[in-house]
Amino acid sequence: MSARDAMQPKDATAPDGGRFFVSGGATGPLTRRAQVFDADALRRSHTRIAHEIVERNHGADDVVLVGLYTRGVAVAHRLAEAIERFEGVTVPVGALDVAFYRDDIGLRPVQPLGPTEIPVDIGGQVVVLVDDVLFTGRTIRAALDALTELGRPRAVQVAVLVDRGHRELPIRADFVGKNLPTKVAEDVRVQLAEVDGAEDGIEIWGPEGTA
Amino acid sequence: MKHLLSIADLERADLDELLDLSDSFVEVTQREIPKIPALRGKTVVTLFFEDSTRTRLSFETAAKRLSADTMSFSASTSSVRKGESLLDTVQTIQAMGVDAIVVRHPCAGAAHRVAGWVDASVVNAGDGRHQHPTQAVLDLLTLRRHRGTGLDGLRVLFVGDIGHSRVARSGVQALATMGAEVSLAGPPTLLPESLEGWPVTVAEDLDTVLPEVDVVYLLRIQRERLGAALLPSLREYTTRYGITVERAARLKPDTLIMHPGPMNRGIEIAAEVADGPASLVTEQVANGVAARMAVLWSILGSGGRIA
Repeated sequence: MSARDAMQPKDATAPDGGRFFVSGGATGPLTRRAQVFDADALRRSHTRIAHEIVERNHGADDVVLVGLYTRGVAVAHRLAEAIERFEGVTVPVGALDVAFYRDDIGLRPVQPLGPTEIPVDIGGQVVVLVDDVLFTGRTIRAALDALTELGRPRAVQVAVLVDRGHRELPIRADFVGKNLPTKVAEDVRVQLAEVDGAEDGIEIWGPEGTA
Repeated sequence: MKHLLSIADLERADLDELLDLSDSFVEVTQREIPKIPALRGKTVVTLFFEDSTRTRLSFETAAKRLSADTMSFSASTSSVRKGESLLDTVQTIQAMGVDAIVVRHPCAGAAHRVAGWVDASVVNAGDGRHQHPTQAVLDLLTLRRHRGTGLDGLRVLFVGDIGHSRVARSGVQALATMGAEVSLAGPPTLLPESLEGWPVTVAEDLDTVLPEVDVVYLLRIQRERLGAALLPSLREYTTRYGITVERAARLKPDTLIMHPGPMNRGIEIAAEVADGPASLVTEQVANGVAARMAVLWSILGSGGRIA
């Protein structure tokens, strides 16, 4: 699970407008606990992940970066820019909406976040699914289903900025910006300039009165 | 959103959301395998008391593309012919366990009645001359895909039998909600008796306004609903209100032509115009599936934020 799950509004009157940000089991008011990444750390993290993707795949020729709405798409574009910068290869970037493949349709509001756009045939390619936060793994499961209907990639890998644990499915990330131990009740809040119009950063928020 | 009975139930933000959703579904319908598991396990029944080709097929296609199960009911092949009432018919369907009922009926308000009887969601697929909300959604979608998201100030002219037209009633409301400027043209006998509450102007002379509009929306001459008193002759209608090749030549080069179908070629629209580059008729049909997917998803899938 990622930011997307949290983007489904739990409470439309929440101070942040009720949309976005990661919600685990969080209920009630949350306060800021810690900043995990500032803009510089985030940039370094992007750069490292980009290098790792190229290294693992012996180049970037067959790689397609597929971002999961909303922040995953922004991260995918950043990774592609980084790869282009140091490798001189233009990696195709797609956007995937997994809403229709979720396993909690009907259990809570699930809204598509944008049209799926994959610019190339993914058959035989290495698809790197890109998201901001890996949590329960249910978003990635839905994404794997969604991908299957678009073609048969040679391999699928997962890149995330933050792995916060608490997996509910046998899913793991191949490329991780930071492993971040969290409590279920905490939120991991990702802010990206091109999505949120504010400075890059990742913060942990938790219920008041707990440590 | 529990039901979709009238376009008047939707505000601009709701329509915007529905159209954004529809864009997602347009992408799905263009895939090699145009099917997603979104509504697996849901059952949609189409309950049609009037003849229909595209609306019914469109709803069934939309439901199937979403992996819902579909059942289909036609008055002409059912126990209605044995005298079964609407209430009994609906209760029978309800007892089979359905999640959504798509209703078309010749009486205005029928879908509304059905919605009051059942637990399932109800979508109005046309009730008499009253409403046809999903047609309005697909028309907005089609225009938006051509003109971009802002329909503010778009000049749309409806031509023809406005009085009998549920397409016009829903379409005018929807377009006005989105900020378009709507005008009507047609024989005075085929305009509504009162235009009170209609956000429209009436064009006195068709040929004067044609060069000024961005969209010409043609309505079908509903021969099954018209007597000689309302429309003396089809040929006279065509002469005065049909979009002939000559009339089409008076339009701006980028004016779009729409028609909800089925078309009477040679009456309200010349075949050359219907098949010409300005015509959006087949696109309307294609977008109809995506728009209805959006409606079904909003009702059955999302847990409901719209309306």
